[in-house]
This record gives sequence, C-alpha cells and structure tokens, in this order.
Amino acid sequence: MRLTFALVGAVALAGVTTAASARDYISIAGSSTVLPFATIVAEQLGNNPSFKTPVVESGGSSVGKKGVCEGIGTEFIDIGNASSRMKTGELEYCDANGVDLTEIKVGYDGIVVANSKEGVPLVISKADLGMALTAMVPACADGSTGVDCTEMVPNPFKKWSDINAAYPDVEIRVYGPPTTSGTRASYAEMVNEKGYCKKDDMAKAALKAAGAKAKVCRAMRTDGAYVEAGEQDNLIVQKLQEDPSAYGIFGFSYLDQNSDTLQGAVIDGTNPTFDEIAEGSYSVSRALYFYVKHAHVGVVPGISEYMNEWVKHWGEDGALSDAGMIPMPEEERAAFKAAMKDLPKLTADMLN
Amino acid sequence: MSNAEKQMMSPALAAERVAAGLAARRGRERRFRIYGRIAIGIALAFLVTLFVSIFSKGIPGFFQHYVTIEVTLDRAKLDPAGDLSVQSLYDGDARGVIRKALFEAAEASGRSGRKAAGKIISKGAEQRLRSAILDDPDILDTTQSMTFAVDDDVDSFLRGYIKRETPEKDRRINDKMIGYIDTLNEKGLISFRFSDYLIFGSASRNAEMAGIYGALVGSILTLAVCLVLAFPLGVATAVYLEEFAPKNRVTELIEININNLAAVPSVVFGILGLAIFIGIFGMPRSIPLIGGVVLALMTLPTIIISSRAAIRAVPPSIRDAALGVGASRMQTMLHHVVPLAMPGMLTGTIIGMAQALGETAPLLMIGMVAFIVDVPGSVTDPGTVLPVQIFMWADFAERMFILKTSAAIMVLLAFLILMNAAAIIIRKKLERRW
Repeated sequence: MRLTFALVGAVALAGVTTAASARDYISIAGSSTVLPFATIVAEQLGNNPSFKTPVVESGGSSVGKKGVCEGIGTEFIDIGNASSRMKTGELEYCDANGVDLTEIKVGYDGIVVANSKEGVPLVISKADLGMALTAMVPACADGSTGVDCTEMVPNPFKKWSDINAAYPDVEIRVYGPPTTSGTRASYAEMVNEKGYCKKDDMAKAALKAAGAKAKVCRAMRTDGAYVEAGEQDNLIVQKLQEDPSAYGIFGFSYLDQNSDTLQGAVIDGTNPTFDEIAEGSYSVSRALYFYVKHAHVGVVPGISEYMNEWVKHWGEDGALSDAGMIPMPEEERAAFKAAMKDLPKLTADMLN
Repeated sequence: MSNAEKQMMSPALAAERVAAGLAARRGRERRFRIYGRIAIGIALAFLVTLFVSIFSKGIPGFFQHYVTIEVTLDRAKLDPAGDLSVQSLYDGDARGVIRKALFEAAEASGRSGRKAAGKIISKGAEQRLRSAILDDPDILDTTQSMTFAVDDDVDSFLRGYIKRETPEKDRRINDKMIGYIDTLNEKGLISFRFSDYLIFGSASRNAEMAGIYGALVGSILTLAVCLVLAFPLGVATAVYLEEFAPKNRVTELIEININNLAAVPSVVFGILGLAIFIGIFGMPRSIPLIGGVVLALMTLPTIIISSRAAIRAVPPSIRDAALGVGASRMQTMLHHVVPLAMPGMLTGTIIGMAQALGETAPLLMIGMVAFIVDVPGSVTDPGTVLPVQIFMWADFAERMFILKTSAAIMVLLAFLILMNAAAIIIRKKLERRW
C-alpha cells in the first residue's frame, strides 16, 4: 500500500515538474491532407541529432488554424497546418489572443475524380461534372420542356449519358469524403460552385430568381449518386478497385500510388497528372499552408530549421513531390523562402 | 369446456391432448435451436472473415525485402570530424557511401541510371549505417557486407503487387529500375526476411522503415500510469463503499454516479483531460502521463464495480470469524477479505486495462493522436499508442502501409488476447469457491 502511495505521489510530482519545464520539440497540428507531407519534413529534421522530431497531430484544417491562434506558451502548438487559407474571422481570433502569424504556402494538392482501369474512362467538362453531383439544378437542365426554367429541382440525372450522350452509359455513383473533410469542401467550391453555378447561364438565372447565392450549389446530392465513404481515402480506392462502375473523389497522392489500377477523369481536357497539376492547367487543386507563430520562433528549438527542411524537399525532385505533393513554381518558392526568414505578420489585408 | 369438465378429464384424455400438441411444441423448440445456431453461425462467419482478411495481409506484413551490398566504410567520408560523435556521423556522407556500393552491385552507370538505382534502397539505410558504426567503430576503413531494406515501391514490385506488364508510365517503378532490380536478384543479393523494422522501428513516413516500437513503448507507459492510478484508487473506493460507508442518501448517490460513469462515452474523459491538465495545469500535449490519467478515469468504474462484486462474494462467515477472535474491522478487511477478493479485483483490473489499451477517442483531445517518431523515454516525453499508430497508418497512401497496418493489428490483438487470457487464468487458478 505504501508503495502505491509513493507511486501516485511520484506521478503527481512528475506532472508538476513537466508543467514548469519548457518544451524542446516542435508541436504541430492541423489538416490531415498536409499531415503526410509535414511528417516527411518532421522526420528529416529529426534525423539531425541536434533536434528532436516534431510531433505532428492530425485533426483537420480548422484545428490547425484555431489551435495556433489559441495563445502563446508551450502548452499551445507552434505551427498550424491547413489545406484551406485562413479566413479573416479566424485571424481575428488570433488577434484577440495576441498571436502574430506568418503564412507559408508549401505546395499544391490536386483533387481527382477517378475510377478503375476496367471501367469506362470519364472525359468531362468541369461544368457538367458539377451539374452531375450538385443537389439542386434548374428544372430544364435535363432538356425537359414546359417547365419553369428558373425553378430549382432535385438533381434528375441518373446516368452520365443523361447529361451528354458522349459520356459513359453508366449510372452516376461517386464515392467521396464526408462533410467534415477539407477535400470535400474544396471540391464542392471549385467544381460545383465555380465550375458550374457561376458559369452555367441557366443555373445563374435560376439562382437569381430564387435570390440564392452560388454557395448553395456546394451541397452534394443525397439521393445515392454521391456516396459518403468516410475520411479515409484508402477506403475509396479499395471500393473503386472492387467496383469498376463507380467513380471516386480523393487526393492526387492516392491516384499517384495506385496508377496501375486507377485512371483519373479528364476534366476540361486536362489530365490529373503531376505535370498538368503543377503547371496549373488541371484546375481542381488547392494550396497547402502552414501558419507559424512568431512568439515561438527562437524559443522552441528548431522552428527555423524545420522551415528550412521544407525548402530542401519541396522542389520538383524532392521527397515531397515523390509522395504526391505538387510543388509551387520557382518564383513562389523563392517568395515563401524569403517569408520564412523575414516572418511578415499576416494581416487581414493580405487575405483579401 | 367448463371448469367442472376440466377437473373430470381422465388421465387418458389428458395424455391424448398433450400428445396432440407435442409435435408443435417440439417443432417450436427445434426451430428455436436452429435460430440460435444461425445467429452463432453469422457471428462466427464475421469473425472468420475478419481474421482471414487481417491474417492474409498481416502475416506478409511481418516480412519485407532486403538487399545486401558490399560497403566500403571510408572513415574520412563517414566521420569528417573524426570523433565518432553522432553529429559528426550525421554530417558525414553516409548516403554517398551507400549509393556507391549500390551502384557497383547493380552495375548502374550514367546520371539517369544512378538516379533510378538510387531509388531502390530505403532512405533508412543511412541511419542503419550510422548506428552500425556507433555500435562497432572498428568496422570503419574496412569493407563490410551490409543488409538494408529496399524502398517500399521496390518491395511492392518484388511482391508482385506492382506488375511488370503494366505500362511504364502507370507504375511507380520505371523499366530502368526493374533492370537493376533484376541484376541484384540474379546475383542473389535480394532476400525476403523477417522485418526487424516492424518490431524495432518507430513511426516513419517511409513505409519500409515504419515500425511499432515507439507506439508500443507509449502504450506501456500510458498503461503503467493508468494502472498505478486506477488500481489503488479503485480498490480503495470499493473497499470503503462496501465495508465502511454508512448506507445513506449520499453513498447511494455516489454509487449511482459510479455506475453511470461506466457508460460515459470515452471521448468525454479526453475533453476533461484537455480542460484540466492542459488548460489549467498547463502541461504539454501528447504525453503518456496525461494519457494514463485520462484512461485511469475511464477504467476506474470498471475496477470499482468488479472489486465490489469480488468483496461481496467473500462469505460473511470469514468476517464474523475474524471479528470473533478479536480482529478490528480494519484488520478483518486487510488480512482476510481483500486477499480473498484479490483474484476478482485483478480480473476486473486486467479487463479494464485491456479496454484502455484499445482506446483512441479520449487520446484525440489531449494530442496523442499524432505522428511521433522519437521513442518516449519517460511518461513526460511525447508519445502515442498502438491503436493510434494503426489508425494513422491506415490513412497513408503508400501501399506497404496496408500490410504494416494489418501486422500492427495482429500485434495489438495478440496483446489483447494475452491480457484476457491472463484474466481467465487468474480467475481459474486463484479464485476460491465457497
């Protein structure tokens, strides 16, 4: 009994002493899309015997952006990862807590629509892809006559060929991430909203008549044409390999790793290949960021060295592109390399 | 039929009535048994599917491909400062030395040839070379035959997951690399053996180097903290509530709360840990100490409930006898009741620990769901646990992680089975029946 009391005391004491001591490793949290790349960089830094390997937590972009803004002190993270840019509202939270940040863009991630190589390849325009999966479309989008074209109705398309006879005569069934996912949010914004609702005249007229913003188009179909398949992209890949008639939406790195069994859909005439995403012709892609807290640079050891590791590996032939991250163009890389040194404070003006 | 008639029914008539209904009754029983067997059959089928899918992927996950090459360990290149320090070896050109040896073995030449051949070997080879030198500095300035893991894509190719027939642009291994792999294979330099990385390696983003060691140590540290806190507290609570506490409204309320606590979703305990230990005490995130405390809160109700049941199972005659010969209540408790109830208490504790071993949800909030490479040396170093490691691996795109995920699941299952078996053995061997 005396021993257990001693042990309980020791545990309590250990807790008190850690609270007082400083942290000697970098703490990072945020987007699960950035995580596979951030961990590669963290591991490289850890190989250097002068530094401990940074701890990289998952949790999503919002956790990264909110976590880094929560305050100054070793109990808060040093760097927040995000696959969507910080919004002015999120920056206000930072300002309220007296946290100054610098925004570093590290590269791009392509979002692909793909299916099994045994299935029919999809060659489609971005507008039609948006129309196929958005929840509501104008009543005469499917060519029906005698209806009010400005009225929005639930998406009537059953097969890809219903949209355009040139598309595969296959039922529309697309596996994709759930609403909590940043990939889903980016896809819905780029394809449904910007690709379709803001481009298509019929949709614009219908939205105007309803007094709705194009944002409403981000809602995906819930009638079984779009199937939420969970946060794990590997699961979607497996489903596609088993079911050649289905399509899936996921990050480029998963297509890259499975290029022998899966094929990416050609969107607006561009292929989801490394080169076409990198040069910007394949447009369904988004930037990846991290946000570094000024007050911790120089206090927690290794933050500037960690940033340097990004610079070492984010090029065309680096370890990150090998893992599926799309590198930034030369000038952008130079600009963000400079930002790592000067640490310009992120302000609301820069976000607009 | 009136009551009077019923009473007058002759035995023969009664037997006839019973016989008439017998077939239907037997039929009902037979059907009930069939339903039961179907239910068990379905459950077993699920179990078998689970095991087959895990084992078929998991067993290959315990093995991987290695390449053996003759490395000339030039000291001037590997240890530029000449003091054999970790820093000096890191600054040295281990990569160049290994690549040179590999190019000779694979007969690679030319810039593109070297680039292709360089991709065959794991990025972990340099670390392995450095630690070999640290272990035995005498190997410097000699030529050694050393074995390194191959890259995960090469491993997938050698396993046949990446097929030679696939067009070159669709596979992650180009024709040049295949040529070099064939050369190495013909020379007999590639071997398929037990993966030491899986057991002794820590988390890594290079699938071929990834292992469970760090997570396993994290799990052990977390469970140790959990046990040290939960077991004495749980047993003390159970003893007090069962033997000393007055039976009134307050103790009743406490009892109800303990039972309710057992049903609280585990993630809630994580939120509590976040608010108190990280929020108020300002302790760092991701450390096994907080993980252990949070899991202890989760395990406490299980231990208290099973300990109370064990104490209640000790017959009152034991207590009466002890009190009768003049023992105090405290002595009765500590010398007689608790030792007799101990097997039951231990069983409950082990089952509680096994539950805690498989938890990830409460650890999410306190930052233990993270990619952590360094093996924790104490409860205050950042660490993660086995189920978290499995969860993270399952999400990485590289194919070899699928194999490693299944292998890690098998290790976790083995630990769970071991703990549950220990609980059963303790119960069978030590528990007394009255």
